[in-house]
Amino acid sequence: MSNAMKKEKKREPRFHIVKRESLVWYKAMSIRVIAILLALVVCGIITTITTGINPLNVYESMVAGAFGSTRKTWITFQNTSILLLISLALTPAFKMKFWNIGGEGQVLIGGLASAVCMIYLEGKVPNAVMILCMIIASIGAGMIWGLIPALFKAKWNTNETLSTLMMNYIATQLVAFFVILEEVPKGSGKIGIINQNSNSGWLPQLFGSKYLLAIVVAVIITLFMAIYLRYSKHGYEINVVGESENTARYVGIKVEKVIIRTMMLSGAICGLAGLLLVGGINHTITTTIAGGEGFTAVLVSWMSKFNPFTMIISSLLIVFMERGAGEISTNFGLNHSYSDILTGIILFFIIGCEFFISYQLQYCKKTEKSGKEEA
Amino acid sequence: MWSFLLAFIPRAIVQGIPLLYGCTGEIITEKSGNLNLGIPGVMYVGAISGVIGSFVYENGTSRMNPFLAIAIPMFCCLLGSLLMGLLYCFLTVTLRANQNVTGLAMTTFGVGFGNFFGGSLIKLVDSDVPSIALSATSSYFSKSLPFAEKLGWFGKLFLSYGFLAYLGVAIALAASYFLNRTRKGLHLRAVGENPNTADAAGINVSRYKYAATCVGCMIAGLGGLYYVMDYACGVWSNNAFGDRGWLSIALVIFTIWRPNVSVLASFLFGGLYILYLYIPTGMEHMEYQELYKMIPYVVTLVVLVVTSMRSKRENQPPASLGLPYFREER
Repeated sequence: MSNAMKKEKKREPRFHIVKRESLVWYKAMSIRVIAILLALVVCGIITTITTGINPLNVYESMVAGAFGSTRKTWITFQNTSILLLISLALTPAFKMKFWNIGGEGQVLIGGLASAVCMIYLEGKVPNAVMILCMIIASIGAGMIWGLIPALFKAKWNTNETLSTLMMNYIATQLVAFFVILEEVPKGSGKIGIINQNSNSGWLPQLFGSKYLLAIVVAVIITLFMAIYLRYSKHGYEINVVGESENTARYVGIKVEKVIIRTMMLSGAICGLAGLLLVGGINHTITTTIAGGEGFTAVLVSWMSKFNPFTMIISSLLIVFMERGAGEISTNFGLNHSYSDILTGIILFFIIGCEFFISYQLQYCKKTEKSGKEEA
Repeated sequence: MWSFLLAFIPRAIVQGIPLLYGCTGEIITEKSGNLNLGIPGVMYVGAISGVIGSFVYENGTSRMNPFLAIAIPMFCCLLGSLLMGLLYCFLTVTLRANQNVTGLAMTTFGVGFGNFFGGSLIKLVDSDVPSIALSATSSYFSKSLPFAEKLGWFGKLFLSYGFLAYLGVAIALAASYFLNRTRKGLHLRAVGENPNTADAAGINVSRYKYAATCVGCMIAGLGGLYYVMDYACGVWSNNAFGDRGWLSIALVIFTIWRPNVSVLASFLFGGLYILYLYIPTGMEHMEYQELYKMIPYVVTLVVLVVTSMRSKRENQPPASLGLPYFREER
């Protein structure tokens, strides 16, 4: 490699990089689509190598895994809406350049709060009151989990990437503590389905479908976030702080206040996602209930350029990949981490293609002048 | 008390060595202005590459050559982590992608890669063992000096580790010397502080970023290899490596970007990591152990806050950390 570099140094570089002014949206979109297609081709090739199945069958079983039956389709949409919710939660923080990678912990602590309500309030209060308590508790818990790093950041400019990360592990250990405290049966190390007989604290089903609630909540939050970010004063302040803190201070925005407020919102929505996971979907709590989605959501939010509506497509794509790869790994006896590899490959392509959207390569013509210089 | 320390300190050091490798690698990377959040993934890839290498070798030969048994996993580990480093550099330096996002994607990919191959490798041989156990290779890696046991407490505290542990300390000290005492180290720090100025002074920014990140990844990868081959006695189990990669990134801030401090800091964190085993809980209250496992993270958080509270000028991160460099940008 160093040899090639040396050679290039002597010669005139063949091309150079120029920043683009802006790209028409359909061109930018088509670059992204090409990148995703390329990534799918690479994934197909890798799957063919590892499993030896026909590449076309790879895609077929991926689609079958995500949309093969009514139930599978519903679950795909339900997972998408949870991922979407967490991505939406992280977005306002990212917009002000606050790298909140603590979505995982905020979801967990929200889930823990609602599990605590479900266990300790069973039979003591009517169901409606209990659900109200769960909503308040989980949103509040998520809020606190977002607030702590935000306070540090606002006051002492503590590195938020690492502090939110540490908050994840603290939340994980709290959940582990609670699980052992309340394990059923004793010594099993897990809680099992909470309130299986009374169903108290289980979030209601909408229109007779148990999958619909998460989807409806996600749609509402998407609309809310789109309006909040684009049309509200708060959204504008977040934008200014993200672009330049000094400008924000100059025009009289209280940066600390914006950071704290935005992170509380961020944590609150994550807590809501935790509530849906525990109260609406799983009816139990484990340390892995967030399933790494807090990290995936960072990528979803970023690759959608913080646009709530694009996030719907991005999170659907990621969930599709996860479930598709899951299907392949079940069918061919592969390890379940296979989906992580495929997701990783897709992400690399999407990350890479952004370059071609914001920069362009210009080929240099060989000039007389450089020729002379060499001679 | 003395016998407790004699039992505790070697275990803390053994726990700390993977953190030390990760931390040293990340410091070198960050000094070039690259915030590589992919280190946890890189350590997984390094570990599994080494495992794959020695697995193929152990199953391929009947008589193992001690030199090859060590060289092959080392080479595979370095190669695997180098490839990860090149991928990160290609995306962030050449294509100027966002470093946080690239790092997180690398972690997703790397952890998946490790667990996938760790889980599927065993299917290649038709045996009944549930997980890969490379005890032969591991015995070469964890071999300590033969006279260590005769030296009593001194031998136990200082000489009872496999060679990778000493290599880790040596690399950390060498990195410290390199960064602070050599011209190349000065250039590297200049790239991390202000790439524009470095570029104007004739330093090839991209080359330094590539070199530092790739070397950093290779060092971090060795941490993964140490964990599998020495600490875990050659047994790969999925997700066993856990969050050590993230802790080593946090250690970078704890040590204020100084590899020589990281030697002691990582041993300290290794101690915190296993401290929960030594706090008596009683059989009825095993749940408190889960709370004690929180200690390293809480301490890290406190340290983060404290270091940021006393923000001295010499304790700041490299000024351009996390920012892509594009010459034509103002």
